[in-house]
Amino acid sequence: MSSYKIIDHEYDVVVLGAGGSGLRAAVGLSEAGLKTACVSKVFPTRSHTSAAQGGISAALGNMGEDDWRWHMYDTVKGADWLGDQDSIEYLCKEAPAAVLELEKYGVPFSRTEDGKIYQRPFGGMTKNYGNETVQRTCAAADRTGHAILHTLYGQALKHNTEFFIEYFALDLIMKDGACKGLIAWNLNDGTIHRFRSHITIIATGGYGKVYYSATSAHTCTGDGNAMVLRAGLPLQDMEFVQFHPTGIYGHGTLISEGVRGEGGYLVNSKGERFMERYAPKAKDLASRDVVSRSIAVEINEGRGIGKEQDHVHLHIDHLDPKVIEERLPGISEASKLFANVDVTKEPIPVVPTVHYNMGGIPTNYKAEVLTVNGSEKTVPGLMAIGEAACVSVHGANRLGSNSLIDLVVFGRAAAKRAAELVKPGMKHDEIDRSETDRCLDRFDKLRNSQGSNPTSELRLSMQKTMQSKCAVFRSEKTLKEGVDEIRKPFEGMESLSVKDKSLIFNTDLVETLEFDNLIRQAITTMDSAYHRKESRGAHAREDFPKRDDENYMQHTLSWCNGSKTKINYRPVHRSTLTNDVQYFPPQERVY
Amino acid sequence: MVQFNLPSNSKIKKGQYYKDKTGSKNIRKVNVYRWDPSKNENPRIDTYEVDMDNCSSKVLDILNKIKNEIDPSIAYRRSCAHGVCGSCAMNMNGKNGLACTKSHSELDGDIDIYPLPHLKVLKDLIGDLSTLYKQYESVEPWLKTTKINDKENIQTKEDRAKLDGLYECIMCACCSTSCPSYWWNGEKYLGPAVLLQAYRWIIDSRDEDRKERLKKVADELKLYRCHTILNCTNACPKGLNPAKAIAEIKKMLATA
Repeated sequence: MSSYKIIDHEYDVVVLGAGGSGLRAAVGLSEAGLKTACVSKVFPTRSHTSAAQGGISAALGNMGEDDWRWHMYDTVKGADWLGDQDSIEYLCKEAPAAVLELEKYGVPFSRTEDGKIYQRPFGGMTKNYGNETVQRTCAAADRTGHAILHTLYGQALKHNTEFFIEYFALDLIMKDGACKGLIAWNLNDGTIHRFRSHITIIATGGYGKVYYSATSAHTCTGDGNAMVLRAGLPLQDMEFVQFHPTGIYGHGTLISEGVRGEGGYLVNSKGERFMERYAPKAKDLASRDVVSRSIAVEINEGRGIGKEQDHVHLHIDHLDPKVIEERLPGISEASKLFANVDVTKEPIPVVPTVHYNMGGIPTNYKAEVLTVNGSEKTVPGLMAIGEAACVSVHGANRLGSNSLIDLVVFGRAAAKRAAELVKPGMKHDEIDRSETDRCLDRFDKLRNSQGSNPTSELRLSMQKTMQSKCAVFRSEKTLKEGVDEIRKPFEGMESLSVKDKSLIFNTDLVETLEFDNLIRQAITTMDSAYHRKESRGAHAREDFPKRDDENYMQHTLSWCNGSKTKINYRPVHRSTLTNDVQYFPPQERVY
Repeated sequence: MVQFNLPSNSKIKKGQYYKDKTGSKNIRKVNVYRWDPSKNENPRIDTYEVDMDNCSSKVLDILNKIKNEIDPSIAYRRSCAHGVCGSCAMNMNGKNGLACTKSHSELDGDIDIYPLPHLKVLKDLIGDLSTLYKQYESVEPWLKTTKINDKENIQTKEDRAKLDGLYECIMCACCSTSCPSYWWNGEKYLGPAVLLQAYRWIIDSRDEDRKERLKKVADELKLYRCHTILNCTNACPKGLNPAKAIAEIKKMLATA
């Protein structure tokens, strides 16, 4: 492997990923005077944060009374009590300041009549512990993620963050159970880079692309999650995959929950507003798992729309066109482009579509990565934030607009914690050559694959299996079949075919490395789902329709070595962080 | 002596022809610009016969189909696939746009796919945007305010509306790479994408640095190379109007 040119770097902290959370962390680290590198496989503003539409939650109270404790209760309930309440307290309490900070950075939020940040209603967001709807979701029209991402990139430039753009990360460098940096491949010139760092912060986002139909970008391949698995560490709660109720039928493009927040509603083939039956109080603004399941039931019972009766309609044609123009311009454009629908006149055909991974790298509220060895312990030198992390604030189901706030609150928390742990200029450990060799062996083996299975075929097979065996509704039968079938594309890698052998922008090899990352996450997702014999949040088992608090108030931890997994559990944190709020004990979850 | 001819290796050659293997009756020919930096070869045009009966509606779907089913070596950037990330900007039948939002039914005849014009090509359809990114950095795209408190800035709806048509820019570079002035003076002229971004901060009512910002762009080359050709506005896949933003900057400078 000595044929690869290796370039060495030393940084106090390396952030992997330049979406909302990675950029927010990078800004905080640079502010703290730490020498920081931000490594990303795409230019920062191409990150998938740009696709977030509806908004960012924070109990600002700009549109009526609000309280961060109410936000916390909604989040706990949305998470179906699988969230860690110490982390959720931190999220909701810090949220208002984090949004005001974004405004100061320059985010072009929409405004109220008196010039404050505009807030809209969103699913599961309520007043006074589950009573009426509250307007808590701060919005920049329906392009909130785009506005935040571009603003954060500007801040990173202001703070002179050092970027390594279009570098594809290969593996973490581990030593005695601690992380010492990472190795990445520079797509621009084909060189290999070894970053030594005291702390590595993984901010690589979700892995929606394990499914066939997802709102996720092509680049959402959970590269950091897979690096963690290869480092012998577990991922947490991987069975909890959020299906967004409203992806455009046939294409999967996201139609924001903000559409229902502004008054949009769903109907079946009989013209019924069916959500009234499933969630009498919250109706179309029940939490996402509830709405997605309701749509799936309507379709399964023959009340779907279209030739195949396989989707439902989302109406906003009753809204004032001026409101649509001002607050929902992006979804009007998307509906025209991908469904050929004029939203002021016709309904949008929609279907539940894979959207978000509640699971990921286990961390505490300071963003430090956790593992278990007898009891819970942190992994020195390693942090995770954003969708890649499982803090766990979203538990078994994330509320809409809680992801953007998660990015900035925990991005900031990671920078703060890193600044406590690392002093500028601290000396770096020597690292054994074997870590680099192991990483480059895998890289070289994949690059020189001469077999007969193209990456695209294996990927398709994985995606179809996940789509059919690990969907909105699951059962022992589908999951058992899934556990077997999902290993086939993994075994297919033994005879992998990679045609392009070059090193500069070899996107054939990039997609192969991404597939190698995806398949490990697909396996852990399927196996975690198989082992959780209850229904909670986004994990709905037809054979175990009830939540089982006695046995499953626990986070699933899954290790993966090759196609072999090991499943273990870690108790949900049943206490808050401070005495500012009391623990919310499990209740029946109705909307 | 000044060399007026193009260097010999810049000439585009005819490349490989990939015949349809599916037996489809509905075939479309797709010509794609290819160049591999690791080989000492001229750029070439490869032609792919694509089965349109099993292809979704956008140009990006065609490229994905080619990469997945015919030729995995073809290189292009793509990410979100619905027009918000700006990765897949390229030139399709002579016009810049996003492959993920451009319907192939809107393109006549054979489809010609090239990288964005006048960029250094890194590989196939991937152009080098580093100059544009540096220029973006030079307009200091962050809010400058001296107000240090923990309250939000108040901004009226009317003032906020001035940012509409500006903040939506996804920096795909379709506009700048369609601009002849930018082709000619791309190192010095900021170009429509970056000037639109500059105006986005100049016009933000919360920003306290308007005068300085205007002074910084008021330059023969940075700003005034815009000759109102309007290719930029015609090219923008998000329906924005960079030419108008540039005109507004010029107007502010003229009336200041």
